[in-house]
Amino acid sequence: PAFSLFIFTIARDPLRIIILIAGAFFWLVSLLLSSLIWFIAVKASDPQDEQLQRGLLIFGVMFSVLLQEAFRFLYYKLLRKAIEGLVALSEDGCSPISIQQMAYVAGVGFGLMSGAFSMINLLADALGPGTVGIHGDSQLYFLTSAFMTMVLIFLHTFWGILFFHGCEHRRWWEIVAVVIMHLTVSGLSFCNPLYVGSLVPSYLLMVAAAAWAYLLSGGSAQNLRRFLLCKC
Amino acid sequence: MITFMNNSDSEEEPCNERTSLMSAESPPVPSYQDGLQASEAGEAQAHRKRRAGSSRGPNNIAGGEMSGSGVPVRESALENEEEELTLKYGAKHVIMLFVPVTLCMIVVVATIKSVRFYTEKNGQLIYTPFSEDTPSVGQRLLNSVLNTIVMISVIIVMTVFLVLLYKYRCYKFIHGWLILSSLMLLFLFTYIYLGEVLKTYNVAMDYPTLFIVIWNFGAVGMICIHWKGPLQLQQAYLIMISALMALVFIKYLPEWSAWVILGAISIYDLMAVLCPKGPLRMLVETAQERNEPIFPALIYSSAMMWTVGMAKPDTAARGSNQQTWDAAEDGREHLRSPSHAESQMSETRSPVPTRPITSLEELEEEERGVKLGLGDFIFYSVLVGKAAATASGDWNTTLACFVAILIGLCLTLLLLAVFKKALPALPISITFGLIFYFSTDNLVRPFMDTLASHQLYI
Repeated sequence: PAFSLFIFTIARDPLRIIILIAGAFFWLVSLLLSSLIWFIAVKASDPQDEQLQRGLLIFGVMFSVLLQEAFRFLYYKLLRKAIEGLVALSEDGCSPISIQQMAYVAGVGFGLMSGAFSMINLLADALGPGTVGIHGDSQLYFLTSAFMTMVLIFLHTFWGILFFHGCEHRRWWEIVAVVIMHLTVSGLSFCNPLYVGSLVPSYLLMVAAAAWAYLLSGGSAQNLRRFLLCKC
Repeated sequence: MITFMNNSDSEEEPCNERTSLMSAESPPVPSYQDGLQASEAGEAQAHRKRRAGSSRGPNNIAGGEMSGSGVPVRESALENEEEELTLKYGAKHVIMLFVPVTLCMIVVVATIKSVRFYTEKNGQLIYTPFSEDTPSVGQRLLNSVLNTIVMISVIIVMTVFLVLLYKYRCYKFIHGWLILSSLMLLFLFTYIYLGEVLKTYNVAMDYPTLFIVIWNFGAVGMICIHWKGPLQLQQAYLIMISALMALVFIKYLPEWSAWVILGAISIYDLMAVLCPKGPLRMLVETAQERNEPIFPALIYSSAMMWTVGMAKPDTAARGSNQQTWDAAEDGREHLRSPSHAESQMSETRSPVPTRPITSLEELEEEERGVKLGLGDFIFYSVLVGKAAATASGDWNTTLACFVAILIGLCLTLLLLAVFKKALPALPISITFGLIFYFSTDNLVRPFMDTLASHQLYI
């Protein structure tokens, strides 16, 4: 689904593609830094201690989430500057791409990159021979991974919109809400072999975020109804 | 000057290209530049220049050129239109370069992943005489550095040779050299490639069919690249030969040497294009002075020029500033041809002659295409291909390098818009690519693997 989002909404406009790739790049850099920290932590600790390792992993995940949000913020700053430039450059005083579109594209960029990194090795292995869950792990590993990834991608998109909107209007509570949501989702994934615990709340959160973002972008229940019913 | 190697395969090094992006076009350039400063949009110019750092930089390329060409005759009205088109076209140029680079990388990665031949070590080229199978790390490092020195010196020699030939107008010789090289590339490498692919998929093919297929492919390729042909076909051929060259490199360069060579080449590129005495820069400037297209077929151009009226003949137009290099050597000679992100004008409304300056008055809307040297394609693909072949983190690393290279390309185009002259396209992208490769392979991979095994999501 994320890929089709890409094709339908982004691939037309080259500026959006650039913003997308830059967004993916920022996510990547944040991932790099967070894995650096984790790596150092692991090396500095005892590899035999299971609990410690798991604790470190959790710490790594949380830290990574925070870093991702920090980079989202940095990206927002960069895009703000860019938009000023674009406005100056265009003759009728309004930029060819609005900040909301940018927010959307940035969110998709983040989401795609995180989704790709989560899924792609899995997919590659899935092409080969093997049985899922042969060692007593869940048999639904692939399915749940796929769903989880999808929900994460969508969430990143919505978080992008919410985050940028919060930064635009200086509503810090929106930004904090995004960060908390992100932390929650990651935290939920900790109870992972128990899929009910992680997938369902994540989806609920996603629906909530979607509705919020939709409202923020100027939609309303009426628009939705009109769109669904009359398609004009 | 084609020599054959005595090693396992005879590699002709057909094409070397320079990697640099140029944004200037010879004699028109000064006038454009003047136009830039002098035009009524001078203020907007200053405005734009002040904003050098922002990401809408790519828009500046076209913007700069366009307003330059917009010349005294039409200012504000056209200027405004131009600016708006500039924006769209600026980003469009970047995408026009993204797409072929992406395609080339996809081809290379797909081949590496599926065809085993290209990851087997079957000997080395004569350009990298030192083997890397040594027991100690220090020795291996030393060997790879020596390999790099050998390779770079070969490149330098070839570049200087080509520049000298060009300066002394031995065009026939150069053309002949180029044609022979591309011939070899198109036929021999394609034959090997096709053979390997067929082997991998266990498809039987008889020799006559193979002969016909390769003959057609090669003949059309020769015509397309060196003469006239539909733009897309030419672009497709250029992408294919870049991919083939990259595959050859990936196969025949030993591991550590490959990385050191990539680094060294980007440094060399930087120096060769920017230093006043650099061979590439001299080549480009000479071509500009003489106001003629350099060589066909070693620059990828994203837009075609349609010349009409007082335009110079079409070959000039299409070729403009394409440099081809045939490194007639056994192996990899790479010279990077300057890629010019400049005034490759394909007009939208009225056909406009591009080269001759006299046509300035007739310039209306130009859509500039961007040109990138084929060597850039090749080295980007080598980086990504090596990442795909040797990284243990497989796709993550490949993806990371891919994004890094694209971002580097973006930044380079941005700088191009700011500086408006030939720029090396390799350094930034390769630097990013190398950083990301090594860090992703060593740092991110354990992290992601652990996360995936516990099915945690960040």
